[in-house]
Amino acid sequence: MPDTIELKNRPRLIAGAAIAGKKEGEGPLGGVYDKIIADDLFGEESWEKAESRFYYTAARTCLEKGGITPEQTDVLLGGDLLNQIMSASMAARELHIPFLGLYGACSTMAESLCIGAMLTDGGYVGHALCAASSHFCSAERQYRFPLEYGCQRTPTAQWTVTGAGAALLSGDPSQPALCVCTHVTIGRVTDMGIADANNMGAAMAPAAADTLRRHFEDTGRSAVDYDLIITGDLGQVGHDILMELMQQQGHPLDASRYMDCGLEVFDRETQDVHAGGSGCGCSAIVLCSEILRRFQAGEIRRVLFMATGALLSTTTSQQGETIPGVAHAIVLEADA
Amino acid sequence: MIKLFLSLLKAFAVGGTICAFGELLVLKTKLTPARILVGYIVAGVILSAVGLYGPLAQFAEAGATIPLTGFGHALVTGVKHAVQEIGFMGVFTGGLTSTSAGITAAVFFGTLAAMCFKPRPKE
Amino acid sequence: MFDKNSKPSPKRQAQLDRYKQLVDRISPKSALGQGLFRAWWVGGFICMLGQIFLEIGRGPLGMINSAASTFASTCIVFLTALLTGLGVFDKIGQYAGAGAFVPISGFANAMVSPAMEFRREGLVLGLGGKLFTIAGPVLVWGVSASVAVGIIYALITL
Repeated sequence: MPDTIELKNRPRLIAGAAIAGKKEGEGPLGGVYDKIIADDLFGEESWEKAESRFYYTAARTCLEKGGITPEQTDVLLGGDLLNQIMSASMAARELHIPFLGLYGACSTMAESLCIGAMLTDGGYVGHALCAASSHFCSAERQYRFPLEYGCQRTPTAQWTVTGAGAALLSGDPSQPALCVCTHVTIGRVTDMGIADANNMGAAMAPAAADTLRRHFEDTGRSAVDYDLIITGDLGQVGHDILMELMQQQGHPLDASRYMDCGLEVFDRETQDVHAGGSGCGCSAIVLCSEILRRFQAGEIRRVLFMATGALLSTTTSQQGETIPGVAHAIVLEADA
Repeated sequence: MIKLFLSLLKAFAVGGTICAFGELLVLKTKLTPARILVGYIVAGVILSAVGLYGPLAQFAEAGATIPLTGFGHALVTGVKHAVQEIGFMGVFTGGLTSTSAGITAAVFFGTLAAMCFKPRPKE
Repeated sequence: MFDKNSKPSPKRQAQLDRYKQLVDRISPKSALGQGLFRAWWVGGFICMLGQIFLEIGRGPLGMINSAASTFASTCIVFLTALLTGLGVFDKIGQYAGAGAFVPISGFANAMVSPAMEFRREGLVLGLGGKLFTIAGPVLVWGVSASVAVGIIYALITL
């Protein structure tokens, strides 16, 4: 069995919404997000509740843009970076949509889109809402150190994006679509022995290369068949490694048609984010704003969206385990 | 006046060098700051026990006592002093007695700061 | 992986080694000279500040040497707590690295920052419970080492 599933009914992506934090709003894509929340606490009393509100707001905004009520939505798919994916769960408590919580670390947006697209393609759901979020402050206190702790970030470290993205999929062919989903490639967990939690790009790049190679082999396509190949949050290090790995595997990527959301979301020259952005929210807000905008503007016809996840926990990290990586991919095409 | 200037200079030079060595460990090894700090305090204990840290502390004063190695030195000086005073049980009382001010101050001011301030996001 | 004695095959090991080389080649390195200089001058400055407090304690305040030394440490701890609370110390730490965490200021920051961060989880288990999460290991190993030294010292001298 190939790892790539062709979606014969071409589920339609009818709306997307991206809610970004202050620093993201000051980044190069600041103009395309639906909302920029200047207060990192979003009026709440904890970072966790703030992140959950980002998630909830992205979901609500997306439904509004798609003209669908929560009652008409058959399933909510998604997750975040926190323990027990609490941001998504607390948001789902408010939304009252049947909920499947997913954890794929930073690959969550692609994972939820893959599952949502398959459910819709199979006719099991009419509307699937896929969403993912992350928050710099809640991730920092869970994975690293308290905010006020004075430690240095290494040059390979990445900056967790504060934000949430949501995309609404529909099986109804009469609805106008921003793009349609045609193929899904579910990634295998790959580990090349990287244990440094401050070099996540290096930990995830082999998984991205593996999924990409399988996708090309399964579909008989190559990089030239795509207007854009988009990775989630490999950052500068992972970006460079993936280019090199694909070259070695005989499926070279064209740098001008390969983009990494972690490099798009911040200006690395002025925003002091070291290797780039990361987190579930990173690929989610870039996909749900800039990529959909480019589809709408007709700048792109076919893209491969592949978000990568570093499946580490603080516990296994302290126990010295290496970091398993995963990458899920979905092909999006302009509606013919 | 020259004596004062000299004492500041010595504190700066010795303290700075001890810190720069720590940074060398950060950049050249895979050691995390937490491990380096533990290494520093244990190194201070050992250097003090073999009698090397005492002269340095006399020479540089704050330059040797403010870095964490000085904390280890204070533990050992306290233990030795207490053993001389009260005998074997001094092994258990001396260390924390001589370092109590630093620890108590950090606990108290830490609690106070947590009551007064909220953590803020980084820019 | 679940068999403790199994080693990766030579082919797999070669693959892992090759990948490690690739990662090392591509990952940017920290600037050594700049890092050392920053740690040196900030660390030196904090120690010099300590010396100033020590001189103040010994001179105008009329303290004996050990009291003046304690006074100096306490002042640095207080200043660090204040700067941590005001959100300044994390920037100093990012700039200076070991220059900020090797002096007692680092010890204080390591206690103040989790207390502030986990205050939201309550006064007892949040603030109280997390106060020592980062600084704890230093006390555990420092005190244990000093007890070991003390036992040897007691056996020799008593």
